Amino acid sequence: MELANIEKLVEKYFEAETSVQEEQKLHAYFSQQNVAPHLEEYKPMFQHFSNLREEQFTRNVPLQPRKNYLKWISVAAVFVLTTGLFVNKWHKQRQVDKAFEDFKMTMSLVSESFNTGASHINHLAQFEETTNKIFITENN
Amino acid sequence: MKQADFLQMIMPFKDKLYRLAKRLLVSSEEAEDATQEVLLRLWSKKNKVGTYSNVEAFAMTMTKNYCLDKLKSKQSGNLKLVHSNYKDEHTSLQREVELKDSVSFVHEIMEELPEQQKIIIQLRDVEQYDFDEIAKVVNMNPTAIRVALSRARKYIRQELIKKHNYGVS
Repeated sequence: MELANIEKLVEKYFEAETSVQEEQKLHAYFSQQNVAPHLEEYKPMFQHFSNLREEQFTRNVPLQPRKNYLKWISVAAVFVLTTGLFVNKWHKQRQVDKAFEDFKMTMSLVSESFNTGASHINHLAQFEETTNKIFITENN
Repeated sequence: MKQADFLQMIMPFKDKLYRLAKRLLVSSEEAEDATQEVLLRLWSKKNKVGTYSNVEAFAMTMTKNYCLDKLKSKQSGNLKLVHSNYKDEHTSLQREVELKDSVSFVHEIMEELPEQQKIIIQLRDVEQYDFDEIAKVVNMNPTAIRVALSRARKYIRQELIKKHNYGVS
């Protein structure tokens, strides 16, 4: 490319009015060996930009471990907690039921023996009857 | 999105993210950390990422914001001291060995630029983005970008000429 053109581009370049394509031309011009002496001072600038473009990101990024373990742990925790509470409640209910059954059984036992006791009281009626008989006959 | 698809997608621009991070954070270690962080954030949003029209611009914006945050927190903390120590040692060594190397001098000049101009120079002169793409990343209108870019380029030229004259006389 002729020198006049390059000079014009350099001027435009510093006013930031060059297009990307024109800047690529400038980069190409300054990357070659024979640069016009009066433009030599811009060479390090473009050379530096080209050097910077060579840098690469080489580290491997560990993509997997960022999975949402926390979410699943919390889900599991909630599950364990609710089943624990449920089992606990159910167990308590069972204990209460069992106590009630025991109580019922004891009470029925009590009432049974009470009834047998009470059945003997019936014999007392016999006394009254007999006494009545006696007194009634006496009064007559 | 599968891992292979994701890697395929970030392949063309992961180096650009790294270079932008390095321009802003200077140290390559920190730049690698920043790039990794940005990529992992992208990966964690992988289901949404597919719907974005321009993933590259999005990732560049993320990198820019991440690095600026990093710089801000570094300025407020005492980390800055550690870092400038590192930098000083580096440049003084470099200065001894490569005093005449103008290319590395350009690098030093670029580090003096304000962050915004650094980003724009990086995107334009290194990555060769057009103004619309830069506008998406830095959230400025193209005219303002043009002004900032011209200012940054002229600053580099001015410093370079200063150094040239100094070398001669």
